[in-house]
Amino acid sequence: MKYNWNWGIFWQLSPDGHGTYLDTLLAGLGWTLATALAAWLIALALGMVVGVIRTTPVNWMRRVGDAWVEVFRNVPLLVQMFIWFFVVPELLPASVGVWLKQLPRSAFYTAVVCLGLYTSARVAEQVRAGIQSLASGQRMAGVALGLTLPQTYRYILLPMAIRIVMPPLTSEFMNVIKNSAVALTIGLVELTASARSMQEFSFQVFEAFTAATLIYMALNLIVVRGMRWLERRLAVPGLLGAAQAMPQAGH
Amino acid sequence: MLTGFDWDVIRRTAPYLFREGMTFTLTLTALAMAGGIVFGTLLAMMRLASYRVLSGVAGAYVNVMRSTPLVLVIFWFYFLVPWIGGWLLGASRPIQVGAFVSALVTFMMFEAAYYCEIMRAGIQSIPRGQMWAGYALGLSYWQTMGRIVLPQAFRNMIPVLLTQTIILFQDTSLVYVISITDFLGAASKIAQRDGRLVEMYLFVAVVYFTISFGLSSLVKRLQAQITVPSR
Repeated sequence: MKYNWNWGIFWQLSPDGHGTYLDTLLAGLGWTLATALAAWLIALALGMVVGVIRTTPVNWMRRVGDAWVEVFRNVPLLVQMFIWFFVVPELLPASVGVWLKQLPRSAFYTAVVCLGLYTSARVAEQVRAGIQSLASGQRMAGVALGLTLPQTYRYILLPMAIRIVMPPLTSEFMNVIKNSAVALTIGLVELTASARSMQEFSFQVFEAFTAATLIYMALNLIVVRGMRWLERRLAVPGLLGAAQAMPQAGH
Repeated sequence: MLTGFDWDVIRRTAPYLFREGMTFTLTLTALAMAGGIVFGTLLAMMRLASYRVLSGVAGAYVNVMRSTPLVLVIFWFYFLVPWIGGWLLGASRPIQVGAFVSALVTFMMFEAAYYCEIMRAGIQSIPRGQMWAGYALGLSYWQTMGRIVLPQAFRNMIPVLLTQTIILFQDTSLVYVISITDFLGAASKIAQRDGRLVEMYLFVAVVYFTISFGLSSLVKRLQAQITVPSR
């Protein structure tokens, strides 16, 4: 039993028109990055809002925030992907649905929206935990100083909370990159899908997957390094020295 | 707006969905959890070992698994398991491996990396002095771990382990990419056969939500019960 290794395969022409197999993988990497970054922007913006309203004293806001998090956290990402891709266009008015389905790169837009909302729930959970980990005296101090609720958040709670949630947000950012692979099920040819197509055309399965794995690991390293750097830049001197992250379930 | 949908398709196919699909999903979840926790605990012990080689190997394994998407890991093992099997059995060609075995190996190996990090934190939460106390009493490494450290580590980590298992339960839906008939796979087959994508996928989402939400509420209750107020 012998597997025929052929590491030169990456420099051979691939039949998909991208050039060499290496170009195929790099094109996939491009889609992975585009999807992950766009989804991350949505997730950060929405996640901040939802996380904040879950800590406000306003009851209905908290309930909306909780519902948001529970819905997106308790349905598998793949099922959410199918719902955005197959179900939502059918439930919209016919003309909008047809427009959506005929949109060029509809898989990409769907993946971005789906992944963005899915991740927003996880970001919201981290932001909420970050705000709640602050001493409650800080909020009271803000109110005592005559700040309004939005001002208390803007000037007192969020600046500290955001620094606290930086390490967990690093792993959420990694998760967005990894989770973008699920979009191959709706036809987005991102990195994993291009490794798969390289395997199908060239039969060099282990070379293709090794290359993809190494690229993901490199991305991981870059993200972790980058976020460390950002954390150091933003650190408040004398505070929050190397906070030990609590173990958490998740990917 | 909701006219033209045939919600009866769910009633007609529910027995198939649950008997074929959900049974597969739950079996896979349960076995992968058991295997993942055992293997993950061993990995955690390796990571905390004083032998550099052991901790290095375990650390590398966990880091590779944690930086690779589950979909890619599923593909990896789908192609790798027949080769490993063939090599273990000394066969001349890669052996045939059933879809279930392939999926089970994948999830056990993948989730072990995540369970490992949880168990590592659990073990580290036990004061080191207990290890020394065990040695001082004449217990061996395995006795000290098995009788003193691990039982406490497990107890402290039960809520996180269970939460990870809920995530595992949702993740098993990804076996769709190797065309296995789990709960989602079964629903997807019917959806495509009958052209009832809207009904089936919404139903699947509701079922997953109900189970996951129910379980995570239970975990939260449990957590409130066993949390020690402060150290």
